Amino acid sequence: MSKKFLEVRGLKKYFEAGRPSFFAKDPRNVHAVDGVDFTLRRSEVIALVGESGCGKSTLALLLMGLENPTAGSIKFEGMDITHLNDGERKSHDLRRKIQMVFQDPYESLNPTQTIEEIVTEPLLVHGMMNTPDRDERVQKAMEDAGLKPADVYLRRYPHELSGGQRQRVVIAAALVLEPELILADEPVSMLDVSIRAEVINLLAELRIKRQIAVIFITHDLGSVGFFADRVAVMYLGRIVEIGSMLEVLENPKHPYTKALISVIPVPNPRLRHERIILQGETPNPINIPSGCRFHPRCPVAIASCALSDPPMLSLNKSHQAACLLLVK
Amino acid sequence: MNLTRAILRKAAWSVFTILFVIILNFFLFRVLPGDPARAGIRDPRLKKEAVEMLRVRFGLDKPVINCFESLNPITLGDCNVNPLDTQFFIYVRNLTQGELGISYHTNRPVADVLAERLWNTVLLIGAGQILSIIIGVALGVFAAWKARTYLDYGAVAASLVAWSLPTFWLGIILLFWGSSNGFPLAGKATPGMSSMPLLQQWGDIARHMFLPTLTYTIVYLGEYTLIMRSSLVDVLSEDYILTAKAKGLSAFQILKDHALKNAMLPLVTVIAINLGFTVAGAIQIEAVFSWPGLGSAIYEAVGRRDFPILQGAFLLIAIAVIIANFLADLTYHWLDPRVQVE
Repeated sequence: MSKKFLEVRGLKKYFEAGRPSFFAKDPRNVHAVDGVDFTLRRSEVIALVGESGCGKSTLALLLMGLENPTAGSIKFEGMDITHLNDGERKSHDLRRKIQMVFQDPYESLNPTQTIEEIVTEPLLVHGMMNTPDRDERVQKAMEDAGLKPADVYLRRYPHELSGGQRQRVVIAAALVLEPELILADEPVSMLDVSIRAEVINLLAELRIKRQIAVIFITHDLGSVGFFADRVAVMYLGRIVEIGSMLEVLENPKHPYTKALISVIPVPNPRLRHERIILQGETPNPINIPSGCRFHPRCPVAIASCALSDPPMLSLNKSHQAACLLLVK
Repeated sequence: MNLTRAILRKAAWSVFTILFVIILNFFLFRVLPGDPARAGIRDPRLKKEAVEMLRVRFGLDKPVINCFESLNPITLGDCNVNPLDTQFFIYVRNLTQGELGISYHTNRPVADVLAERLWNTVLLIGAGQILSIIIGVALGVFAAWKARTYLDYGAVAASLVAWSLPTFWLGIILLFWGSSNGFPLAGKATPGMSSMPLLQQWGDIARHMFLPTLTYTIVYLGEYTLIMRSSLVDVLSEDYILTAKAKGLSAFQILKDHALKNAMLPLVTVIAINLGFTVAGAIQIEAVFSWPGLGSAIYEAVGRRDFPILQGAFLLIAIAVIIANFLADLTYHWLDPRVQVE
């Protein structure tokens, strides 16, 4: 346990957005991910929360090695994997150890493959096609993903399954390789509310059964409340608050987190509290606001917020936030 | 099983469509103006009795169908004639016996004429089709693979140019080029070749086929390239391609196992329709290169008002197109499990 499982330092990804005019010297950049730091322990679940466009999906693609970071580093089990190419990733077994569950189970399954082909393919790719326990592995992955009994589903095609079942197939295809880390990019946002809890429970179960670490990306703080160990709140490409789930939910420090938590629906009407409705839109990630990137929308901003970028402050051992008002 | 039933249903519809074509085919040529009996022999000195004899010979003296003596000009006739003694039912009866009638112009059975021409056309157009599909699809895959690079732009521009070339114009240009490079310019074989050894005969036919096949390939491959490219570019941006990449598949595996099968779907339709028209031949190409195929048979028959030939050729084309579509439906089902054959 001496070396950290996953360590992300100063990770940045800029996309070129073309030159503003023909004579402009530098092309404009979209600052999709703009300096992200966090660590993850083995079999820990972290929820990555933020509005759409805050860079959480780009972060996932960076961790998967599907995009090349502009700056920063990613270390996995002590090894720097930031700039590995496809072949190197494969030879270090990263494509097996890190699996991804995409947002839309209607789009992320090849319509011409049967469920059996979809779940078996990862084994084939990783040269495990001829292991004697192949069929058992497929069966076990499917049953662990909640497709029981597996035989019923093997011969079917994705279009014959419901959204929840499809997402279970996606999870089964990830599980079959016995990964150590699963990146789940809004895995429930395309599903009916009634099935969301099931899929989240499934991920929570897997983490206990198989000791898999999960990075759970979502825009809905309410949906991960009971299953993540820690929460990281992202705003405009940067983490603004990170801490243990309870700490952050009970005692949020960053005004953005406070606003997000205040709009989680509470079923009991007597407990209704005041909601903080943020003004305006998320700023354009091409022109990041000066100083604290949240200040134009911040309900409690002071003058100096527009001038200096707040550093990450440790509030206690397991809770950090980046806000000038916390500096005493 | 459900699939068998669905196939039978599709087959039944195909047969029904062919029946409709048979009926339409008959009346289509009866409403055309002009007396076919006179069209064959354009000699004004032809005696009335001789014309009458011709009409009897080709069965044109009989009423078209009950109540109608002729359809152009519309002449009403006796409604009480024996239906089996009208042109329409004689035509239908002959068809059931595989008789397509006698050519007005050559006096030979239409079936014989068409059979002889058909194989020439299938040989020429078939070769052109296969070449254009293989080259076109390969070029399309290449362009999609190199999408938004200069190689891609080059391939797309070349395909657009090839697709827009007028067939006859390209044929004529290639004729000029071929004439100074020793290629035979017309027909299917050099006269007198039939006494040579078989291998040499085939070589001669291949040399004759070269220019028309080249024309056909160039004109049609652009269509395949463009459809294949755009379809593949679409598929490559799908989420399941990204999923495959995240699972660790190599670029080639993604192309082979995930992208191509899905991208082939739109192409299957185009290929099927074009294959159906293989039988129709490319009238322009056959006319330019005097290739003795079905296309030039139709071209000649139109000029001579040789209705039995046209009727037979139309029927043949219709059947070929209907069968090709039927096969396309089946292929679709095999390629894409989402296509439900209800």
